[in-house]
Parts: sequence; structure tokens; C-alpha cells
Amino acid sequence: MLIANDIHVRLGHKEILRGVTTSFAPAQVSVIVGPNGSGKTTLLRALTAELPCAGQITLNGHDIRATPAWKLAAIRAVLPQSTVLTFPFTVAEVVRLGQMGGIGAGGPDRTVEALNRVGLQSYGERFYSDLSGGEQQRVQLARVLLQVWRPVGPDGSPRWLILDEPVSSLDIGHQLMVMQIARDFADQGGGVVAVMHDLNLSAMFADHMVLMRNGRIAVQGLVREVLVDHHLSAAYGCGLRVGVTPPEQPLFVLPQAALTED
Amino acid sequence: MVAYADSIAPRRAIALRVRGWLWVALIASCILSLTTGATGVTLWDALVALLTPAELPLSSKVVLWDIRLPRMLMAMVVGASLAVSGAVMQGLFRNPLADPGIVGVSAGAGTGAVVAIVLGGAMPFAALGPWLVPVAAAAGAWATIMVLYLIATRRGVTAIATLLLAGIAIAALAGALSGVLIYAADDTQLRDLTFWGLGSLAGATWTKLLAAGPLMLAGLACARPLARGLNGLALGEAAAHHIGLPVQRLKRLAILSTAAATGAAVAVSGGIGFVGIVVPHLLRLISGPDHEELLPNAALMGASLLLLADLISRVIVAPAELPIGIVTATLGGPFFLWLLLRGRTFGGL
Repeated sequence: MLIANDIHVRLGHKEILRGVTTSFAPAQVSVIVGPNGSGKTTLLRALTAELPCAGQITLNGHDIRATPAWKLAAIRAVLPQSTVLTFPFTVAEVVRLGQMGGIGAGGPDRTVEALNRVGLQSYGERFYSDLSGGEQQRVQLARVLLQVWRPVGPDGSPRWLILDEPVSSLDIGHQLMVMQIARDFADQGGGVVAVMHDLNLSAMFADHMVLMRNGRIAVQGLVREVLVDHHLSAAYGCGLRVGVTPPEQPLFVLPQAALTED
Repeated sequence: MVAYADSIAPRRAIALRVRGWLWVALIASCILSLTTGATGVTLWDALVALLTPAELPLSSKVVLWDIRLPRMLMAMVVGASLAVSGAVMQGLFRNPLADPGIVGVSAGAGTGAVVAIVLGGAMPFAALGPWLVPVAAAAGAWATIMVLYLIATRRGVTAIATLLLAGIAIAALAGALSGVLIYAADDTQLRDLTFWGLGSLAGATWTKLLAAGPLMLAGLACARPLARGLNGLALGEAAAHHIGLPVQRLKRLAILSTAAATGAAVAVSGGIGFVGIVVPHLLRLISGPDHEELLPNAALMGASLLLLADLISRVIVAPAELPIGIVTATLGGPFFLWLLLRGRTFGGL
């Protein structure tokens, strides 16, 4: 489990997170959604110990601020929104950074396999900085996947993928590909926590949803419990309607204006 | 599909081949350095002097043992220190422009050295003897890097414009402080300062080598295990932490390592510019930015480069000597401009 208990984060004079309590279960895809500035990314950065915060966060029972980096790295990997590299690293070298031991690590090498997973099999020798933003994002995903290669550790504890807007710079085909990778990881027993903007993709792939508003959690629970017209409209401050579907099909969200035009 | 073994082999193989050639270059430079100069000494004499000094005429022995050998070793260790410090600072700041000379670290070290020379007698550390100047210079370098880091880094991102501007400001302040001290210095101290400021290896003696050498070697030894961490740091501090690196410890060690190596190098040789930026750049162009290859190769290349620059400084206006700083600046300046013209190397700047 990834558990956050009464998290407060302050940046300067502004309190960005104002008492967030939530938990994420393994074998599920959990998404954090909400309008710009609602504290989604800040919550993610608190969950990864990237930001100092008040409150307690535990990952598989370890207090994340009392656990050394190498130990955390063995159980969770974090995909940032974007990564700019100054030096001319090749794609394969970047991906290999996800492997303990670094670029030149020996042992079984899964760089090629990881690049296959994200659809960049022939990109190993290209320069990272020559790729488009979307391709760079997929390279980073390959690196992150390599870090937590098996969704469940040898002791049976789950490993975690923590993704900050993993599909924001991708075309729709690759959005589906990346979400499917996250889905597969969860289906094999790992935990996935992702900050998302796209409610429809979230509805398709997620089990659990946290809707943020003004530094607090507005609603959390199963996707069908959170994706409700009035919750969304209140959080986003605009008319949103959730399309009703049979239980086995994903919900979809449409802006109200688009519906009234019909 | 390209198999893994083939896919990294090129850059690693190139880096290893480069290392081989750098060893050859270093040995050749050493031989040239020992056998070139006003007094004709053959390679055979040099070997004899090193193995069985008793069989050589006194004059050759003095030239080899007391002048050329310490000078050769000093050039090697200073060159390696400057090149590796440059590579480590560039990795730490995630920026290819970071070089001890450019961002004011050498100036800070210089002020440390001037403080030691002028106030040394009055300070309680006078007991440090010949170690005083190198240690003070290293302290000056350390303080400068700390200030730079605190000013230019916000939330793990180093703003390069801020870094360079802060470097200029610190260099100016350091220069002013040195100026005040020089103004207050007496005649003997002024002579010491002048010799030191010439930026030359001409004053290399065994005493100086034994005082500053260990500090530089310690800096270099600290740099080697940083290689993996510097690779990870290329992703940014947050991501480096997420892949399991002890980021704070890494940064502290990198700063200490560069401060010791740069500080001691500046203390014995004055300001020798451009080695720290030219060498790592050239190596990255040839064999990639993997620090596990870059750092050892930079040490070898820096050592050879400074040996050759020293050689040029000795012979080009013989029997006089050109300060070595002029030689490295003449070689490095155009190279630096060429890098700027290439443009894309600088990424975000």
C-alpha cells in the first residue's frame, strides 16, 4: 500500500496541499485528477519524497522519508513530466540508467526489451536530445519500467509505478499504448499511481480515482463513484456530463457545451 | 533489431581505444618533457638518472632530478586535476559551460592562496608550512563552489545564466579582496605573489609537489567513484534520487573533490585556463558523456595536454619561458569559440 496521512505542503506563503489523506492499493491503476493548480502534481511529488511535507507517507510499510534512496528505488520508479538532458546521451544509455549499476551495468540487459515495450525498438543508438517530446517521454518510461521490471518483488511485495502526466505529450495511439502498459503492470500485481488530465483515458484504464480541488481531495473512490456530473462540474468549474454506459464499458465525459449543441 | 551487446559496444569500445591512445600520448609526453630543455639530456640519460643516479654527471642529475622530474609530475597532476574538476563540475551543474576558471572557482582559490601568502605568517595555521597555500586555496575554491551552488540552484535546477553571472560577481569580489591584500603586502610577499601569479610550472619543486600533490590526488580519488552518480544526476536531482542515488552526499563529495583538486592546482600553478572545459568536451564528442569513461580519460588527456603545453612554454621563446597560462589560453580560446559556434552543444542556454 501507498498511504498518505494528513499531508500538508507549503511553497512560500501558499499552502498547496491542505490536509490530504488517501491510500493507493497494489494491483490497481489509481489516477489523480483535478483542474490546473489543484495540487495533483504536488501530491505526487510529496508521495515520492521529492517535496518536504508535513504528515506521514508510507510505501509498503516504509516511512518514505526515513528510507534511503536506494531502498525506495528498488520498490518504486517515478516518471517525471519531462526530462531535458544537457549531455549527448544515447537512448540506450538513458534507459540503462534505470538499471541498478548504471549505464555500463553488466548482468542480463533488458534495455532492448524495455524499448520494445514502448515501441522504440530501433532507437537505441539515437541521441536522446534529437527525439521529439513524445518520444523522449517514452524513452523515460522505458527507463522507469526497467527500474521496477517485475511488478512484484521476490518477497511478494508490490512494486510501484508513479507517473506524472505520462500521456501529456503523446499522440492518441501512444496514449493508449502507455495506459495499457500501466494497466498490465497493475494486472500483474504492481501498483500504479498517475496524475492525469484526460478523464476519458482515466475512465478507460483506472480502477481508483482521486479528484483534487484547491489543495484538498474533493472526492475519491471507484471511478464510477467519482465520475459523476456534479462532482466534476464543481471541481472543474464548468459544465461536464458523464455519459452513462453499461457496467462493462468505460464511462465517458463530455463538456456540457458540446452536448447542448446536439 | 540491434542486439544489446552491439548497441553499446561502439561508444564503450571507442572510449577504451581512446584510453589506450591517451596512455601512449602520456608516456610520449613524459619522455619529451624529461629530455627537452636547455641542457641536452638523452632518453638514455634520463633512464639512467631514474634507475641509477650515481652514474650520471652531477649537472644532468640536478637537471633531471631536481628540475625536470618534479616539473613533469606537477604538470601531470595539475593537468589531470583541472580536466577532471571540469568534468565533475559540468556533471554536477548539468551544464557543459561549468569550468573552474569560468565560474570563478579558480579566482576563489586564488584569493585563498593570496590570503595565505600575505597573512600566513600571522595566522595560527602557519604551522602548516608548505601545505598552507594549497590548503587555503582549496578552502577558497570550496567556499566559491558552495556560494555558486546556493545562488544558482533552485529546487535541483541550476540556472546557467545565474551561475555564470554569479561566477563573474564572485570572481570580481575575489579579485578585489586579493587586490586589497596585495596592496597591504610587504616586499617579500609581493615577490612571492608575483611568482605565484605568473601561472607557471617553473617553480615546481619536490617540496611543492609533496605539499599540493596529495591534495590533488585526493580530489581525483574522490572523483572516480562519483562517475555513476554523475550519470544519474544528468536526469536532474529529483530523478537521480528516484533511481536510488544519495544525491546530497553525491553533491557534497563532488564539491569537495573539485575544491581540493582545483584549489591545490591553482595554488601551485596560478590560473591555467581552459583545460577543464576543452578536455571533457573533446572526450564527450569522441566517446560520449558516460562519466565512467569520461573521468579516467579526462585525467589522462589533461595530464598529457598540460605536459605538452608546458613543453611549448619552455621551448617556444627559449631560453626564456612563456607562462603556461598563455599557451593553454591560446589553444583553448579558439576551441571554446568553436564550441559556441557549434551551438547545439549548449542545449538550454
